[in-house]
Amino acid sequence: MTTEQAIAQPSKTPRAPWLKVDRRYLAPALITCVLLAGQLTFGFLESWSRTFLAIATAILTELVVVRALYGAWPHLASAYVSGISVGILVRSPAFWPYALCSAISITSKYVLRVRERHLWNPTNFGVVMMLLLAPDAVAGLSVQWGNNLLPMVFVWVFGSVILWMVDRLNITVTYVLSFLFFAVLRAWITGHTMISEIAPITGPMYQLFIFFMVTDPKTTVRRKWAQSLVVFIIAAVEAVFRLMQFVYAPFYALFLVGPIANLIEIWQDERRGRQGVSR
Amino acid sequence: MTRYARVALAVIFVGLLMTPFLVRRLSQPASPIATSGHVDALKQYGFRLTESAKAAGLEFVHGAPTLDPKLAHIMPQVASMGAAVSVVDVDRDGLPDLYVTDSKEGSRNRLFRNRGNGTFEDVAERLGVADLNRAEDGVSMGAVWGDYDNDGFEDLFLYRWGRPVLLHNDRGQRFTPVTDVTGLPAWANVNTAVWLDFDRDGRLDLFVGGYYSEAVNLWKLADTRMMPESFEYANNGGRKYLFRNLGGGRFEEVSAQVGLASRRWALAAVAADLRGTGYPDLFIANDYGVSEMFANDRGRFREIGREAGVGYSPKSGMNAAVGDVLNQGRFAIYVSNISEEGILLQGNNLWVPSGAVGGIPRYENLARSMGVDLGGWSFGAQFADLNNDGFLDLYVVNGFVSASQQNSYWYDYSRIAGGNQIVISDAKNWPAMGTRSLAGYQQKKLWLSDGAGRFLEVSQLVGATDRYDGRSIALADLSNHGMLDVIVANQRGPLLLYRNQVAADRNWIAFELEGGCKSDGATGCTNRSAIGAQVTVRWNGQQQVQEVSGGSGFCSQNQRRLHFGLGAGGTPDKVTVRWPSGKVQELTRPEVNRVHKVEEPA
Repeated sequence: MTTEQAIAQPSKTPRAPWLKVDRRYLAPALITCVLLAGQLTFGFLESWSRTFLAIATAILTELVVVRALYGAWPHLASAYVSGISVGILVRSPAFWPYALCSAISITSKYVLRVRERHLWNPTNFGVVMMLLLAPDAVAGLSVQWGNNLLPMVFVWVFGSVILWMVDRLNITVTYVLSFLFFAVLRAWITGHTMISEIAPITGPMYQLFIFFMVTDPKTTVRRKWAQSLVVFIIAAVEAVFRLMQFVYAPFYALFLVGPIANLIEIWQDERRGRQGVSR
Repeated sequence: MTRYARVALAVIFVGLLMTPFLVRRLSQPASPIATSGHVDALKQYGFRLTESAKAAGLEFVHGAPTLDPKLAHIMPQVASMGAAVSVVDVDRDGLPDLYVTDSKEGSRNRLFRNRGNGTFEDVAERLGVADLNRAEDGVSMGAVWGDYDNDGFEDLFLYRWGRPVLLHNDRGQRFTPVTDVTGLPAWANVNTAVWLDFDRDGRLDLFVGGYYSEAVNLWKLADTRMMPESFEYANNGGRKYLFRNLGGGRFEEVSAQVGLASRRWALAAVAADLRGTGYPDLFIANDYGVSEMFANDRGRFREIGREAGVGYSPKSGMNAAVGDVLNQGRFAIYVSNISEEGILLQGNNLWVPSGAVGGIPRYENLARSMGVDLGGWSFGAQFADLNNDGFLDLYVVNGFVSASQQNSYWYDYSRIAGGNQIVISDAKNWPAMGTRSLAGYQQKKLWLSDGAGRFLEVSQLVGATDRYDGRSIALADLSNHGMLDVIVANQRGPLLLYRNQVAADRNWIAFELEGGCKSDGATGCTNRSAIGAQVTVRWNGQQQVQEVSGGSGFCSQNQRRLHFGLGAGGTPDKVTVRWPSGKVQELTRPEVNRVHKVEEPA
């Protein structure tokens, strides 16, 4: 979950002067607010030390890898967001999964690449790997923060504003609508109450998922209609996983669909490039 | 350069992905014997357990209540508590007896009197403590024993989802309900109670912790909005009560007056002097939230959970037990939670004291590093030196609802647990459970201390092999021969008795304390049950402290007698008894391998 909206290309749309902020800091600002609000109000972290370990490992890995590969010092906003996300999403009584998940997440960006583009959202890759490889030591965040709607409304509003500023709100809106559509479908199939099918999206795991993971510019396709189509497919695959009773269905769905969408786009870009040259 | 760096990075990446396998391999027990199927447990671990409830005449199977039909779709998980066991010497014959609660409407609790020949007889009916699960009064959840009027006989406080009741022990011959004069609540959904002398006046007081709100009658629900408002931050549970003993069978409810207010979902509590002030502090393990620690400042309580480090990281607290796990003369606290591979890994907590700042103790959760974190869906846990090696071991029962072996409710449970307050707090939103299991058929954990800060799990190797849905554990030396037996109450399952056999070369010593208050109005002395008295045994350059408890674990109470293992050939140099009255008594080089009766000096 690099949420590299922060490092995204500048938008062409003119903005009011008060909105002219360095966008690389928007995602870190949002996720820091989420972290502080959650911990100071409810003490929701496994521990400060585990989260700091995740952040420190992510930043250190980013520094070392980028320096080794490109000889430059990277901007650390992306690694910071990844570290915090790992610190929030990973739940383990042990310390090592936090460091390992951060290290896998960041390293995956520079190893699993096609045409100099990484395919997986780093945190999504790291978390899924931990859930698959270390289920005895790791679980994901699956419970609510707090017991009222206020924190949820705050995150949703603040997150939506930031996504609007970076022109990615369409992704989140499409995903949420798709989730609701498939929740209705699942309720019809399983006979469960509608509200129990909708319940998961009211939780914090989804807040991180829809504001930081599926919207990551580096691992989403470029065209708006394609972005919406991809998240619709993610929601569809997630619904299938849910019918199969996978607790962390959204992570697995993004893990499968995200890279395929990116590969298709890369292939299309290459094909267009070749056609352009032959003309 | 970049190419080499890329190759190196790819190798490192593969290494990172392989790390979990490496960690798993390294964390396997060092001893190959620990994984073998053929172990002479007595030789290898110094003890073995043999399940022998039937042979001892302890034939009892717990039954669960049938609550309001509005809860029918999730009945197994709501009606999931009530199997409890507590130890008491009801007739002062020197032999520990067992009180076991049932929870089906109209069922009868059992009082198994120890005949002293390895068998028990049920005397509950004769003594008037059987017929206590009438539908109109609610059903039993647990019981704690304490001599509230200092007449020498342990009285019974029975808590229920319903009307709690105090029964006076009439010299071991009969029990008389005294509820009408005590000011107890007419209805409360209680899952924990502890006897303690919080103001050190020589009379036992009573803490009572509610789980569901006392406004809820689980058999006659006004509506279904009675579930926790959050999986981890719920504050809509039952209230807490503190009954100050005024003497003459009268109690005054003083929780608000002394600062003991909480609406968390209490499942377990333990009282012990955690700060060395002489006053018992109170630790409460809460379901759906953080634990609470109430410091007792000369009879007034203040919540110091966060300052002490235990009030963060909300989990599903279901047990509270104290033990001097590192033989440092200080109590660690064990709280059980939920761990399910790949779904929810809360990990149990072992809060070990690491110092104090401004009179407030600081605790660190060392469960992971000491190897006692992953139990399962853990309920009751107790510390005890089961092999008399001089170090406290830990017995933990696990398992929530064992039904279908094929189908699990975990997915639906996790779905609702992540939902917002509006969703989770209303039972009608919870998916139907049907015959599915939720963390069922789990192994128990018997963690054996190595004395160096690590525990080795040996349950299957020493004979603790059942897979029932364990709830309450109590420990007692049922034969007075220096070996602690384990009694386990299982939800919808049989009562189990694990008889203990310890290697013959291990020494032990035990202390049966009696406080100096011999009448209801006595002052300047300790309550006759000696609850709150601390005994420190020093031997071979080490020490261990234990405290007489008025209830610990989950819905349970161990024998009042304090039992210390001393290891092979261990002999104590000095034993110090610190009475709640403030008196300190010393015993020099007491004889080993016997029970010492110690009375508080005048």
